[in-house]
Amino acid sequence: MTATYATEGQQLPARTFGPLSRTDFVRYQGASGDFNPIHHDELYAKSAGFDTVFSVGMLQAGLLATYCTDLLGASNVRRFRVQFREQVWPDDTLTVTGRVVRSYEADEEPRVDVELEVTRQTGGVAIRGEATFAT
Amino acid sequence: MANKDAVGLEGPAFDLMIERGKVREFARATQSRNPEYLDEAEPPIPPTFLVTVAFWQPPEAAQLFDKLDIDNRRLLHGEQEFLFTGRPPRAGTRLTARTRVEEIYEKEGKKGGTMTFVVNVTDFHDADGQLVAQSRSTAIETGKPPTQ
Repeated sequence: MTATYATEGQQLPARTFGPLSRTDFVRYQGASGDFNPIHHDELYAKSAGFDTVFSVGMLQAGLLATYCTDLLGASNVRRFRVQFREQVWPDDTLTVTGRVVRSYEADEEPRVDVELEVTRQTGGVAIRGEATFAT
Repeated sequence: MANKDAVGLEGPAFDLMIERGKVREFARATQSRNPEYLDEAEPPIPPTFLVTVAFWQPPEAAQLFDKLDIDNRRLLHGEQEFLFTGRPPRAGTRLTARTRVEEIYEKEGKKGGTMTFVVNVTDFHDADGQLVAQSRSTAIETGKPPTQ
């Protein structure tokens, strides 16, 4: 499971998540402890000027992390970084892609750096990310 | 505008027990089917699991955020990073967490006026005092509410 993604320039297989439901948002909020009502309370979201509730940024970050750990191994993560771009809305389908950009040794273990992206069905980028995994 | 005098402020240290049930719940909520998380007796934490400090931080830790004087209507989560000094910690580990305000800086936004960036860093030490993980969170206070 972990040995096949160690070549610089190598693409990781794309994966889709969703369509995401409001229940997915709520489930993540319950698991994470972030209970900001803007992600589940329709009236609150509208009073703040939004058309409806929107996803927790850390949910799509968590889906991206799942993509990485399924491909590269749960115990191998050494660094995981995300930059949030577009918001994610109910019924969005997210496509997650990654590419190995560096393969090297550090702290006496082989490692890869991967560049990551989460895009919405519109083509808009929800997250740009990067991660380091031991291989 | 965020209070720049908050740089260097530190919240109280508090304990975070990594529990198997919470790890499995978090893995499910992030749509993982990985048996390393779901089946192992002492599963490793998922890469973003340490956001769950939100459950356990004492009120004084939340007050650190109040001292930043950020307008919540203009608040965005800009970036988030987790660093692990080795293998990620496993269920059954007790960590001590402590958050500090590391940096506050400004940038001119394209449409929203001046944006203020606030970087909060949380260090996680194990029972031996070893740094095992670090969370770096960048909040952005936009020049005006994001919906305008």
